[in-house]
Amino acid sequence: MSREQPLLVVENLVAGYEPGLPIVNGASIHVEAGEIVAVLGPNGAGKSTLIKAIAGLAPISGGAVTFDGRDVTRLPAHRMIRAGLAFTPQTENVFASLSVDDNLQLAAGALAKALRAGRVAATYAAFPDLARQRRLPAGRLSGGQRQMLAIARALLVAPKALMLDEPSAGLSPKLVEMVFARLADIARSGVGILLVEQNTRAALALADRAYVLVQGRRRHEGPARALANDPMIAALYLGGVEIEGAPR
Amino acid sequence: MTQVLVDGLMSGVLIGLGAIGVTLTYSILGFANFAHGEFISFGAYATLMIASGISALVVGSDQGIGALSISPAVIAASLLAMALTAGLALALDWILFSRLRGKSAAISVVMASFGASMAIRAALEFAFTSRPTYFSRDLEIARPIGLGLKATPDQIALITVAAALLIGVHLLLTRTQIGRAMRAVSENQALARAAGVDVDATIRAVWALGGALASAAGVMLGLLVQIRPFMGFDLLLPLFAAAILGGIGSVPGAFAGALIIGFGEAITVELAGAEWRAAVAFLILIAVLIIRPTGLAGRPT
Repeated sequence: MSREQPLLVVENLVAGYEPGLPIVNGASIHVEAGEIVAVLGPNGAGKSTLIKAIAGLAPISGGAVTFDGRDVTRLPAHRMIRAGLAFTPQTENVFASLSVDDNLQLAAGALAKALRAGRVAATYAAFPDLARQRRLPAGRLSGGQRQMLAIARALLVAPKALMLDEPSAGLSPKLVEMVFARLADIARSGVGILLVEQNTRAALALADRAYVLVQGRRRHEGPARALANDPMIAALYLGGVEIEGAPR
Repeated sequence: MTQVLVDGLMSGVLIGLGAIGVTLTYSILGFANFAHGEFISFGAYATLMIASGISALVVGSDQGIGALSISPAVIAASLLAMALTAGLALALDWILFSRLRGKSAAISVVMASFGASMAIRAALEFAFTSRPTYFSRDLEIARPIGLGLKATPDQIALITVAAALLIGVHLLLTRTQIGRAMRAVSENQALARAAGVDVDATIRAVWALGGALASAAGVMLGLLVQIRPFMGFDLLLPLFAAAILGGIGSVPGAFAGALIIGFGEAITVELAGAEWRAAVAFLILIAVLIIRPTGLAGRPT
């Protein structure tokens, strides 16, 4: 396995649900181990489709995805997690009718039998709130706990990278802070994180680097701090600061 | 009057075995499978064929065990028939339904299942004629079992077996990895894939489970009443009524619905006469659709 190239490399990816109508149109991004990368952009820019296509949940019609030195373009989603790439969708990211414990046990199914019990126990140790509610149907958890369960479920298999579609969706600012602090911890443990976000400010505060996606293409790339302080980008794509003379 | 307890329980568990397959197929694949009734008939005929083969080979294997009319040959044959019916369900999915999945509207899949139902039924009629047949011609006499109730030894044995199967299914769904995967796929396929579940393998397991349980129901119905090519089709309405009453997708719900329909039928036969039996499932189904369309355990969709 060559470790010269980044953990996750996406090259000229073309993806979408209708043939001939790509939503992602030649996007190239990469994520290093232990790095947090945010994908930002206006509504309908194809952020969600990009991350789903990498995860194997949206049809890919062109380009390549390489993960951990291995070509994983068009690998079925359930094999992706075995390759070490975990994904949590935007909404409905836990099984509401299953108990917290069943949600985690289900995810453990991707591991070898001998490892399952140990990983579930380790996950409960890392998320004590979930351990206290293991018998509760996941649908009755609060929004913040649900997001934690979704992240715990994704981390259970000890992936090398974690992709999240709008982890802040529907959460109060306080909970966003809590979830993002957790993501920072996870990255420090060496896991590469790719997140798609509408909540630009919070995402740029968390991320090391960010891409701005417009109409399915990468429009800007840079260190998160530089993007956050670039008034032009803020005004154009991020719905942030208004500056005089900028086109609306 | 107390006899309705035995009769109701018997038809309740029988309908329950069939309704579980209907409700699982519906919740995972999103269509009402009309061919499910034919899995029941196919299982009964497959058992009949295999049992006659076994009794020809093994002398005495066609004699009832103890007071039962059920012979060792039928028991062995019913196990093989469960596997064969599971195979039939898988073959039907492979030949027909998997090709329509994701490409056609739900109604075309329902129509396809209706066509498959007619084709299998016609094949059974062609092979075995429409004349009813029996596993055994032994007459069974109902005996008192206490509390003023009477039951034949066959009824007691079959209720026990059906109850054991239903408990087994419940444990499978709640305690095993494949059971969790089935519930996960029925709730959210995309998330199940992301969580590492092989959705195609899970769908195959659901077909096999539904087919095997339907086959068991067919053998029981054949032992209690008779074997006819229409036996499964005639049971379809109670099956759907039980699945909808319980809340489509819910296995405990389907089982509760089946018991309600079973007791409803037994009470009606007792009070109004056997010709009203078929009306019960209809009336309960209509009442549920009007009063509580999501069923007893249903989640709003």
